[in-house]
Amino acid sequence: MALPAYFRRGADVSVTDVLLKTISVHKRFGGIAATRNVSLEILAGEVHALIGPNGAGKTTLIAQLSGLLTPDSGQITFDSHDITDLPIYDRVKLGLARSYQITSIFKSFSVLDNIALAVQARTNTSYSVWKPIASDSALFDEAFALTEEIGLGARSDSIAGQLSHGEQRQLEVGLALATKPKLLLLDEPMAGMGPEESERLVGLLDKVRQQVTVLLVEHDMDAVFRLANRVSVLVNGELIVTDLPDVVRNSDEVKRAYLGDEVAS
Amino acid sequence: MFNQPGRAICLLVVVALAILFPPLMQWGGNEYFIGIASRMLIYGIAATSLNFILGYGGMVSFGHAAFLGVGAYTAAILVESGWSSALIVWPLAMLLAAAIALLIALVSLRTTGVYFIMITLAFAQMLYYIAVSMNAYGGEEGLNIPRVTIPGLDLESDTQLYYVAFVLVCSVIYLLHRVINSRFGRVLTAISENEARMQALGYKTMHFKLVAFVLAGAVAGIAGALLATQNSFVNPSIMHWTSSGLLLFMVILGGVGNKYGGLIGAIVFLGLEDFAVNIRIDWLADLYPNYSQHSLLLVGLVLLTVVMFAPHGIAGLFSKGGRRVSH
Amino acid sequence: MTVTLILEQALNGLQFGLMLFLLAAGLTLVFGIMGMINLAHGSLYMLGAFIAATIASLSGSFWLAIGLSVLITAAVGMVLEMSLLRALYTRDHLSQVLATFALVLIINEVVRLVWGTDASLFPPQSLAGPVELYSGLSYSAYRLAIIVLGLVVACGLYLLIAKTRFGMRLRAGASNRTMAHMMGGDVSRLFTLVFGLGAGLAALAGAALGPILAVQVGMGESILILTFVVIVIGGIGSIRGALIGAILVGMVDTMGRVFIPMFLRLTMPSNYASDLGPALASIVIYVLMAAVLYWRPQGLFPARSG
Repeated sequence: MALPAYFRRGADVSVTDVLLKTISVHKRFGGIAATRNVSLEILAGEVHALIGPNGAGKTTLIAQLSGLLTPDSGQITFDSHDITDLPIYDRVKLGLARSYQITSIFKSFSVLDNIALAVQARTNTSYSVWKPIASDSALFDEAFALTEEIGLGARSDSIAGQLSHGEQRQLEVGLALATKPKLLLLDEPMAGMGPEESERLVGLLDKVRQQVTVLLVEHDMDAVFRLANRVSVLVNGELIVTDLPDVVRNSDEVKRAYLGDEVAS
Repeated sequence: MFNQPGRAICLLVVVALAILFPPLMQWGGNEYFIGIASRMLIYGIAATSLNFILGYGGMVSFGHAAFLGVGAYTAAILVESGWSSALIVWPLAMLLAAAIALLIALVSLRTTGVYFIMITLAFAQMLYYIAVSMNAYGGEEGLNIPRVTIPGLDLESDTQLYYVAFVLVCSVIYLLHRVINSRFGRVLTAISENEARMQALGYKTMHFKLVAFVLAGAVAGIAGALLATQNSFVNPSIMHWTSSGLLLFMVILGGVGNKYGGLIGAIVFLGLEDFAVNIRIDWLADLYPNYSQHSLLLVGLVLLTVVMFAPHGIAGLFSKGGRRVSH
Repeated sequence: MTVTLILEQALNGLQFGLMLFLLAAGLTLVFGIMGMINLAHGSLYMLGAFIAATIASLSGSFWLAIGLSVLITAAVGMVLEMSLLRALYTRDHLSQVLATFALVLIINEVVRLVWGTDASLFPPQSLAGPVELYSGLSYSAYRLAIIVLGLVVACGLYLLIAKTRFGMRLRAGASNRTMAHMMGGDVSRLFTLVFGLGAGLAALAGAALGPILAVQVGMGESILILTFVVIVIGGIGSIRGALIGAILVGMVDTMGRVFIPMFLRLTMPSNYASDLGPALASIVIYVLMAAVLYWRPQGLFPARSG
């Protein structure tokens, strides 16, 4: 994989390349600082992995990026907009979408209807109260195309609650993708997936990276090192390193921070 | 249990019976029942509006009777002030109910779950106290008012009022059908299932819930105005929180999340209440001569049974797996 | 408008607020720990008053009446919990609300069948007269006793919750239900006891307020709404929130009912004031609730996290 110039270590990074930026973001719960002065930059076009031991604060950080939580201090900018206090739905409209570690889909709706919800959100036509949605072929055509893209074309009429765990995880990512974001925040998308399913998802992400910048939180190191352009490591709420995957893999500091197993492979 | 043609035939038969009901009653000398049936239809309108936000929107509002009351009192005040045309009174009743629903929703929808239930209950009770304090309009005793008029019709006739109520309840159910199957309806049901994810897809969920709540309030307002005319009387007890509880009972009895659930529940509940008050059980009369005044005991027992053992209501008995009950 | 009047009404407000606290504490514990909203809580309050009325008229002793009434109502509460209510813990809120609403209807009618529409409860002879708090302010000894009772119970609850093992499990349960399960022991027995405690507190409030407010069918419904307002303002699951919310609501409601009509009569033509006064007084508490919710939708001291 040929890396663009700005991914080489030490190269200057121009301001227009930064899609998402956090400046000294800090968040505490009671006596515990879950996010300590995190300053992170995600460059447009990259797949940026965020790793760290359990309890490092990765989900808390993602929550602040997506809008579920507001930082106690610090700033978050996305696509040159200050989004620190912006509500979740406004961030989505700007192009920042998220998938969840614990599957959060619409279990009583069909797969197609799930994706159609995401497509409909983009069209701003949701206050239509009279026309039957079933007659809206444009909506469902687009939804179906997306359903096929994420690999669930054959299951588009199945009720989401009846899908296998792996298929639900695919739908989980698919819902976020269907909002056609600029930046996709993926919170442990491979959680609970078997090897075949993980492989499929890695393939999907590889395809998707052409159109979307990705911030990937993952424990599956195999996927991380195959996909990531850069890797950030979060330990105890603090960002200890952001660098190329091989550098991170071989870093003593990172090895010390983890209990060894995951990075050593 | 019923296939498509089966359901269509069933519907046709029911509609035909409903249309033939008044002449049938007149022929049998039972005109009294026409008034009762009108009352059932009117409560059917109110219960259907509640079912919209409850069964499809997942909002457990324990204060819906307040909008019935607002509609009824608006109608009463207008009639008392000299406006007798329904064409003016009813839209105004609807508008005021919608306005009050908006105010209540703006505060209540900031909360969810139990808080929402308690807050809607509290606000409804607040409106009840306001009605009780309006001495100019009867205070706690209530107020007798004449019926409104519709050009070309004579609403003093129970039969004509029945048909007006019938047309309105059919319209409301049809409206519900269109809204639920529209983009808006789809969003609403998705929000009731997983609001957080809807926000994560870019939907301003509170706005949708607000619109639904206000629409439901407006329809309940019209039902209230109809009720005021049907009874020729308004009284604060229409909007006591226990009345809201009985409205919820109608919805759950008929079938939450089913188009006809509100109407079915209203008919069965009011029928049950009437039955409980009028039935003659001799051995019970010997024990408790006033037993018919305790009809609420029967209502309570039936409600408890339905909630514990048949939460999908009557419609739930007929459809293959009902909607999940709210959160 | 004198200082005496203000003080007197403030004391009334405190007294009412403390009784609201007894109700709110039980209700908020049941919701916080078992996750169940119980509309029949007001019915337990009513039962407490009616049972006390009967025992007082049979035995002639107010103290015996109040004590026995608390025990009997607590027992009734526990029986209800074991037989019926525990099936509702895992159900959705709509089911809980409707089932307990059904109970309200049933209990109301049962009380009406057994007792009729109302009953009389009189304060004990020893407390029937006034007490001079300072020259110029005479206050009802009975109401003073209620204030003392309320404070004693509040302290007792604090000790129970902060200093005993039972209380520790309560606190764990109120903030995180799954953790309460994990703390072991017989969880269903804990639930039954919590419910009994709530019922007992409600009965105590009912019996204590019986001589002041009327003992009648339907007394539970109106005070239940106020209790809800207290919990919403204070924060569900929080005893501290219940105490502060209750005193706040008690004061605002009591003083509002006296001073708002008074103020309106001074500033408005009397025909408007006589209607508007009581109306505004009734709704001031809901306006307060709306205001609190607008800024803090979770209440002032929310306890729940899980």
